[in-house]
Amino acid sequence: MDIFDLRWDIIWNYRELFLRGLWITLVLTISGYIGGIILGVLLGLGETSKKKWIYWPSKLYVDLFRGTPMLVQILIIHLAFIPAVFGQSFGFMVSGITALILNSAAYNAEIIRAGIQSIDKGQMEAARSLGLTHSQAMRKIILPQAFRRMIPPLGNEFIALLKDSSLVTVIAASDILYAAKVVAGAYQRFWEPYLVAAFMYLVLTYLLTKLIAYVEKRFSNSYNPRKSRKGRI
Amino acid sequence: MIKVENLYKSFGHLEVLKGISYEVREKEVVCVIGPSGSGKSTFLRCINLLEEITDGAIYIEGVKVNDPKTDINLIRTEVGMVFQQFNLFPHMTVMENITMAPMNIRKISKNDAEHLALELLAKVGLKEKAYNYPEQLSGGQQQRVAIARALAMKPKVMLFDEPTSALDPEMVKEVLDVMKQLALEGMTMVVVTHEMGFAREVADRVVFMDGGYIVEQEKPEIIFDAPKNERTKAFLGKVL
Ligand SMILES: Nc1ncnc2c1ncn2[C@@H]1O[C@H](COP(=O)(O)OP(=O)(O)OP(=O)(O)O)[C@@H](O)[C@H]1O
Ligand SMILES: [Mg+2]
Repeated sequence: MDIFDLRWDIIWNYRELFLRGLWITLVLTISGYIGGIILGVLLGLGETSKKKWIYWPSKLYVDLFRGTPMLVQILIIHLAFIPAVFGQSFGFMVSGITALILNSAAYNAEIIRAGIQSIDKGQMEAARSLGLTHSQAMRKIILPQAFRRMIPPLGNEFIALLKDSSLVTVIAASDILYAAKVVAGAYQRFWEPYLVAAFMYLVLTYLLTKLIAYVEKRFSNSYNPRKSRKGRI
Repeated sequence: MIKVENLYKSFGHLEVLKGISYEVREKEVVCVIGPSGSGKSTFLRCINLLEEITDGAIYIEGVKVNDPKTDINLIRTEVGMVFQQFNLFPHMTVMENITMAPMNIRKISKNDAEHLALELLAKVGLKEKAYNYPEQLSGGQQQRVAIARALAMKPKVMLFDEPTSALDPEMVKEVLDVMKQLALEGMTMVVVTHEMGFAREVADRVVFMDGGYIVEQEKPEIIFDAPKNERTKAFLGKVL
């Protein structure tokens, strides 16, 4: 195999497969991430709860999902869990999204727990001493501050999830990596399809990095000393 | 106004308050002094249940605070608290720090809340800082904002836990002056402090705590000039 004799025309012939792969990867990652944030917030709050019956299940969940390989989770969910609960499979999309949500929720929960616990406890005391309930204090005082600290690690988690989403090829989900595998199998050529797949992931992670940097900047602006609204009395 | 009966508080096996009884009358200014670790902060924090109490009873205007049927959030709106570390909300402007609780709990309009805030800021001498963020203020200014924030709920009592201990010496006076002004206006106040000059000048009564007990409580001129208890004498000998 001559590395200088690459046949990009093969890729071009399969462009629709790669584009479909791109679409599937995006749908999997974005739905997995959004679901993972929602579930992660609940679990993260659960991990900061003083009530044992909320704390322990949250902690157990997070430890289970962080302590096992995502590949194993995907296989269990697709081949065992969903068929056992529903008596049938709903295809790779449902299984894939479910696995990504459940997995990223555990990591997001840790980020959210750490963010909440990083806020000085004097903040909660000051809020409670004014008469706010625990949940009002959480919503108005603790979470807004914690959220700003969570943006960078939550962004990293988004990028990690995008890359990990390629593991769903194991259940024949037709994502970017799957497209590469098909082409590789058909032509017994490996450089072109896998380089293209790697390049597509690289472009996506690059764009995500830019997006995260933008979000981070946006949310710190309202708190930028030099931009405070002086003289607006 | 505030009545404390036989208050006990333990952290695990450590008994910090060992049966404290006392009373604060309306418009009275009580200063609490005593060595570090004697339980002054814990005592103050028990009054609005920032610490759960182990045994005993606390009444505020006749309502038992540590009764499961009592709405503790309602009690807290009547009891303002100022902390050693200010604890302003860093993500909010001075204005938002002050208007947040009145708008959310007292349900007053934004307009009214902002008027009230400006009045209070004028009172603590910080009207021009309304739209700054806490980190842009000096420690003394932050503590004055914290006082204004507590006052915005129109509390019946104000609790101060060493409000000047975290401040550089040159800023202590500006905060004490605001507190003196409050006392003159007839606010009921309980102040944990190491500022003996302030206690002597402003307090109606000084409470000396040591080892989880109230050892002695008297008018300032008696406690500072003719303390009866040996431990009070020893403590004052060290700090005065
Ligand atoms: N949350 C807590 N958990 C365990 N022990 C505590 C807690 N808070 C206070 N204590 C202990 O209770 C004792 C009394 O503390 P407290 O803060 O009330 O003293 P203090 O009189 O305010 O002292 P200082 O002048 O240093 O502020 C100390 O021995 C302290 O270590
Ligand atoms: Mg203290």
